[in-house]
Amino acid sequence: MNIWIVMIALGLLTFVTRLSFIALMERIRLPAILQRALRFVPIAVLCAIIAPELGFYKENLSLSITNPRLLAGLVATMVAFRTKSVIWTIAIGMAVFWILKSWL
Amino acid sequence: MDTPHIPSHQFWQGVRAELPILLGVVPFGMIYGILALSAGLSPLDAQAMSSVVFGGSSQFMTAKLVSAATPGIVIIVTGFVINLRHALYSASLAPYTRHLPPAWKAVLAYLLTDEMYAVTIVNYLSQEEITHKHWFALGSGLMLWTSWQLSTAVGIFLGSQIPSSWGLDFALPLTFIALVVPVLRDRSAFVTAIVASLAALLFFGLPFKLGLLAAAFTAIACGLWSEKK
Repeated sequence: MNIWIVMIALGLLTFVTRLSFIALMERIRLPAILQRALRFVPIAVLCAIIAPELGFYKENLSLSITNPRLLAGLVATMVAFRTKSVIWTIAIGMAVFWILKSWL
Repeated sequence: MDTPHIPSHQFWQGVRAELPILLGVVPFGMIYGILALSAGLSPLDAQAMSSVVFGGSSQFMTAKLVSAATPGIVIIVTGFVINLRHALYSASLAPYTRHLPPAWKAVLAYLLTDEMYAVTIVNYLSQEEITHKHWFALGSGLMLWTSWQLSTAVGIFLGSQIPSSWGLDFALPLTFIALVVPVLRDRSAFVTAIVASLAALLFFGLPFKLGLLAAAFTAIACGLWSEKK
């Protein structure tokens, strides 16, 4: 199959997926339980993206102090709780990551 | 000068909010460009896919499957499943975009990616009542889109100049940490966060990014359950 047909079909399907609820929400009313569930979506999704990024090091699950991504991530989490600042979280998280990586 | 209620102010706030994430996105875009060429796509095809599909993981997978001479229909279905998580983002943003005209909805939907969703939903959740928050969404989405196109082009035409050993990709989870922490305001939010993290590690082996969806649904159910107690 021509690569352009693949791209356009995948592009359209992806667009329709992204548009789905944004377009439909006007017409349908979600049941109360689903409306309450929406509050948890950003927390659930962001944590589900973050955890494997920290827990896997060199493609292996490593939940120990020899994993610099995990340690730096935990430090960054504490910085985020204290400062609520994106810049400080990234700056200190990257610094800790680089230092640990050169040690371990 | 504090003028948060002006659309252009919101737009530039959105652009600025997206900047830290770019540290992680730009190397990713460059690697995609390089990988697409080595998979046998022409420079034009590789660049076009970044705007026609505009979804990093599905573009990587498509390039890999093309090089393995996979049937087109299989590539389409695989990419579709990888991008299914965007329906969840769509549901999450929908209550805030309800009042917008169709053209706005279409543009924001086209720009809806992991990185745009993360900064946009956190902005919508921030307490202040501002009527022009869709301009923030547009600013962050366009900033990401532009960076994705440019980094793809750099990857295609210059090859890799940033060694992966720098670990710049680590800026991405760090930004997400900074975004999610302020949203953790009560017990059920913490329950959701912890369950999502553990479940994501557990389900990581699932193909096509389905681990993310499985972890998110598990965590949302636990969040709802803990709210009732």
